Amino acid sequence: MDLILEGMKKAFWLLFTFDPEVLSILLLSLRVSATATLISLLIGITSGVAIALYRFRGRAMVVSLINTGMGLPPVVVGLFVTIFLWRNGPLGFLGILYTPMAMIIAQALIATPIVMGITLAAIQHLPEKLRLQILALGATRLQMVWLLIKEAKLPLLAAVMAGFGGVISEVGASMMVGGNIKGYTRVLTTATVMETSRGNFDMAIALGIILLLFAYFINLILTHIQQREGLR
Amino acid sequence: MDEGCGVRMNRMGSVPILEVRKLKVKKGAVTILSVPSFQIEEGEILSLIGPNGSGKTTLLQTLSFLLNPFQGEIFFRGRKVGVDYPVLDYRRKLAFVFQEPLLFDTSVFNNVASGLKIRGIKRGEIERRVEENLKRFGIEHLRDRSSKTLSGGEAQRVSLARAFAIQPDLLLMDEPFASLDPPTRESLIEDLASILQQTRTTVILATHDRLEALRLSHRLAVIKEGEILQTGPPEEVVNRPIDEWVASFVGTETILKGRVIRKEGGTFLVAVGGHEIEVVGEAMLGEWVILCIRPETVTLSISTMKETTSARNLFIGRIEGIQPMGFYQKVQLHCGFPLVAYVTRPSMENLSLKVGKEVWASFKATSIHVIRQKDRERAVE
Repeated sequence: MDLILEGMKKAFWLLFTFDPEVLSILLLSLRVSATATLISLLIGITSGVAIALYRFRGRAMVVSLINTGMGLPPVVVGLFVTIFLWRNGPLGFLGILYTPMAMIIAQALIATPIVMGITLAAIQHLPEKLRLQILALGATRLQMVWLLIKEAKLPLLAAVMAGFGGVISEVGASMMVGGNIKGYTRVLTTATVMETSRGNFDMAIALGIILLLFAYFINLILTHIQQREGLR
Repeated sequence: MDEGCGVRMNRMGSVPILEVRKLKVKKGAVTILSVPSFQIEEGEILSLIGPNGSGKTTLLQTLSFLLNPFQGEIFFRGRKVGVDYPVLDYRRKLAFVFQEPLLFDTSVFNNVASGLKIRGIKRGEIERRVEENLKRFGIEHLRDRSSKTLSGGEAQRVSLARAFAIQPDLLLMDEPFASLDPPTRESLIEDLASILQQTRTTVILATHDRLEALRLSHRLAVIKEGEILQTGPPEEVVNRPIDEWVASFVGTETILKGRVIRKEGGTFLVAVGGHEIEVVGEAMLGEWVILCIRPETVTLSISTMKETTSARNLFIGRIEGIQPMGFYQKVQLHCGFPLVAYVTRPSMENLSLKVGKEVWASFKATSIHVIRQKDRERAVE
């Protein structure tokens, strides 16, 4: 019990004195996960909409692959990104293994199928005739897609939450492709793993609390937007 | 001969706003719509009437290029759409109102403005047109409401206002009143009728409700199983249907088949169910014809005083059924052949009509519409 109480005390101390190391870890976590989420939104929403609107051969297989991808284990992603970026790997010449860039790539790969799957479901859920109505209003294809995305904004907000929540809290891929290098690729999750294994529970608890608070605040904001929109 | 001269004119010398030639839509190997020729003039309100599944929706969606692909040609103001006239530009001349309001999840104002925003119209102009149409449809008070909070009737008004805000050259409506309850529907039809009179918008209205069509349109087109059977002014289609099916669809209750047995100057006699019915018109001796007797033209009485009526056709019949139909009662008789009459409630009481009673039924020889074999052959011009 003492251990936890001590840990909590230390944690709050670290938090409220804005410990520079903790701060830099937090900022890196944010930068990597936000960038990865943005990339996944760009790819996920466009391809999700395209797959929802067009009928093509092998579509059913693509859809089931996306659905499987929504539950992609981060360690598997980490493994493949590592292999690709390995010095002798196909993309080894880039020399980005164990950099924040590698972590962004891995996290984007984890979040993209989540965003894609939710987008696909959201667009397909809109009434079939709405598409015809939008075209009949004189919309170009691009205007139609934009209006459909606007119509599906609530589920798409859920996609943002799910994507960001998924990557900020994953540890396997970040550890494997980032390497948990102090001051360079150390993020909240990898630091927590390391401090715990070292027995520095105070630091681990502090990082854990930050992670929790952080996930909570992001979701609070998004939920607020969603509820307000939903009630209008 | 008129190929290649670009713009095609009709008999009156003006260019129809829309013309369709050899239109065919297939679903797999089955042809679900076939319209050899079809035109609509500027300012005309045409109702496309037919039962559910007759191809009304398919035709409207094909006309607005929402349903690809199809065979045939569509000309807008004489220019071939997709060739001389880009599809997007053409679509921006149209407005389409569906049975469901299909509103966007935003305010009423933004909904009515949506067609204008898509066209990149300036803000001031958008505001002016939106306000104008909100007022026109009596929904100014809903301006800032979310579309989600509207009733069915309000939502359909918003949908119509959105269409009118576009100021379309051609307005297509697909059963716009079908999912509204009767009072809501009545008031909307009434408002729409007066708005259309004001704006003089060219309209194609698809409906399965002939009364709705009769109230709003200048011309009817009866469609069945993907083919237009008859087009013409409402009086013409109602009083001179081209065949039994059209007759019954436009509300002719009595449709009899018989053979011409005698001819006398200008009239002829048709044998039906052991009786002879006199008809004014032309027919050949021995020819099989179909007689259409509209229920409003049949008069009932309890005495046989000949002088009370100039009608030559007088039959005694037994009342087999009476059904209320709003202002009228529908009386089904058997006079050796079935005959239906509409009787007003007051005269119902005067004559004290009831099931089983025998009454005299009369109708004029001039009010019978005759369908001959050769009429059916020149069905749609």
